[in-house]
Amino acid sequence: MISNKIYVGTDVGSSRTKVAILDPDKNLIGYSIKKSGTDFYARAEECLESSLKAARASREDIIKVISTGYGRKNVAYADGSRTEIGCHAKGCFLYFPEPITIVDIGGQDNKIIKLDAKGLRTGFKMNRKCAAGTGAFLEEMAARLDVPLEDMNDLASRSTDMIKLGSFCTVFSATEVLENIRNGKNITDIVKGVFYSIIKRIIEMDSLTEKVIMTGGVIANNPYLVKMAEELIAGKIFIPEHPQLTGAIGAALYAMENDK
Amino acid sequence: MAEEKKIVIRRLETAKDLGKFMAKYYYELDEASKTGKEKIAWCTSVGPAEILRGLGFLTYFPETHSAMLGTTRMATDLIPVANALGYSPEICSYLTADIGAFIEGVTPLAKVFKGIESVPKPDVLVYNTNQCRDVQDWFLWYGNKFNVPVVGVESYRNVPEVTEGHVTGIVKQLENLIEPLEKVAGRKFDMDEFKNAVKLSRECSDLWEKCLAAAASKPSPLTFFDGTTLMGPAVVGRGTQKALDVYHLLLDELNDRVEKGLGALEEEQYRIYWDGMPVWGRLSMHSKLFAGLKANVIASTYCSSWIFSALDENDPFGSMARAYTELFIVRADKFKEDYIKNKLDFFGIDGVVYHDARTCPNNTNCRYGLSQRLQEQTDIPFVTIDGDLNDLRCLSDEQTKTNIEAFIEQLEERK
Repeated sequence: MISNKIYVGTDVGSSRTKVAILDPDKNLIGYSIKKSGTDFYARAEECLESSLKAARASREDIIKVISTGYGRKNVAYADGSRTEIGCHAKGCFLYFPEPITIVDIGGQDNKIIKLDAKGLRTGFKMNRKCAAGTGAFLEEMAARLDVPLEDMNDLASRSTDMIKLGSFCTVFSATEVLENIRNGKNITDIVKGVFYSIIKRIIEMDSLTEKVIMTGGVIANNPYLVKMAEELIAGKIFIPEHPQLTGAIGAALYAMENDK
Repeated sequence: MAEEKKIVIRRLETAKDLGKFMAKYYYELDEASKTGKEKIAWCTSVGPAEILRGLGFLTYFPETHSAMLGTTRMATDLIPVANALGYSPEICSYLTADIGAFIEGVTPLAKVFKGIESVPKPDVLVYNTNQCRDVQDWFLWYGNKFNVPVVGVESYRNVPEVTEGHVTGIVKQLENLIEPLEKVAGRKFDMDEFKNAVKLSRECSDLWEKCLAAAASKPSPLTFFDGTTLMGPAVVGRGTQKALDVYHLLLDELNDRVEKGLGALEEEQYRIYWDGMPVWGRLSMHSKLFAGLKANVIASTYCSSWIFSALDENDPFGSMARAYTELFIVRADKFKEDYIKNKLDFFGIDGVVYHDARTCPNNTNCRYGLSQRLQEQTDIPFVTIDGDLNDLRCLSDEQTKTNIEAFIEQLEERK
């Protein structure tokens, strides 16, 4: 046990539930990531237990809990909730305390959040009601290509002749993928095309000004996407140490703030 | 889990009087439709209603009916009926919902007003395309169905400054309506009745403007969500004394609230401007969402669209042409930018919500960079929500909620 005071952030995303535990010095001392499934309450509970164990702490040590994410109202032990927009912003600013543009690729939606030098939001955007460019799109395409989701990053990185997918729409993109399969194109080239499509959809959402930070589970599991994004914007993109946890860390920081 | 506080939204007493006004209005139309004693003209929301009054027509406004299809959440099931006829899901969901309802033989009027079974039958349909081209297509469909004449005014679009050239062109079109309308009315156009209707319309507009302006008080006695239903008489009753009578009552109640410092919400920490159409099927949900965040949506472009300050009984045709061309919806973006900027200043706004309505490009003002330009000029932040006026298939409640909550958090950080 490092400290007897801990702050908890629980991020119940559409795909994964994440819990982050911070000590009063804002050090990440425990965390847990599990599939959200259909019982958000149970998953949030399990994640808390695992992360407490990792932090060698107990429930009595918890000063405050803030929940965030799609299932933020489904966390029985939370003292309050904040949106994932606010929590991602706060979590990222902890590691990059300067004007930044955050690009978060989540399971169900994408966000672009802009922060000024004080960490205050100057604007944000979420994708429209469409899966294009999200984790859900990647899952759909993996299923179409009959390859495990976890193999996508490796396949894309081995491509030598990328296929370009032109559509905005997941359903139309799937048709394009089928067409390329029928024409005997390499699976590696198709997967790279899928990655390119994700990056394109996100970059089209807003202008990427200031230092660009990428976060989210899709980035955490597919680092090749970052390399492609860097090529596309012809600039460096920064990734926090735990890109999938920034929302949960931000929530824990809110818990700490509200306690003072 | 932290306990959520009960949301208090104070309802206006005079909403009941406005409700009675609407009931009388629809019963009068129903009676005329059943007996044929009075002629009925269907008119677009900012169509030439005053001319119709000068010919003794009762006027019925299908756009208001479509809004009711939205609020009663009937629209989403009816839109596909019109889609199947070739009216795309991408065009005005007022049009598609209304035509769908007609084909299915249903109307929210029958649910709300006992004894009314259908919309009133038109003797003529009169449009002004100042709202959009869709109203023309919409009315032509009904003209064919009922085998009655369809006449109208084809307005200018994207007008930077209203010139004499614009006014002259519209005056000519308005004057050209008289003869065909006289044939339907079976009587001569009465200039005095017409002038009186223009006078009453102007008075109605002035009163409605004062009601909306009451929201500049802190806290605001009014919400945008109240306004969307309170504006009913300003749409359907303009040019009549009865509309003035109810707005006098409303203004008195609003002034009374202002004097007492009584806000529409128990707590008003953030003052929001709404640009674009309301999401009719989500009025209550959105009202509670904002109120729960201590945010009051106090002013809007939409509710202000029935203010016609140019109307002048001494120049009835010319002033109508001017008033209906000076409208926000008809104007170029520079005018729109300045207009909204003035509203943000007048009402002391903290943030702007733009509703990007999928099927209503003409009432969606955030598609050509206006929101970004205004934020740069005013430093007032904005958020855009994707949705639609009537087609609930075009929106995600969860995403709207997250966007609005995140936006209010952003405003909180700035305070």
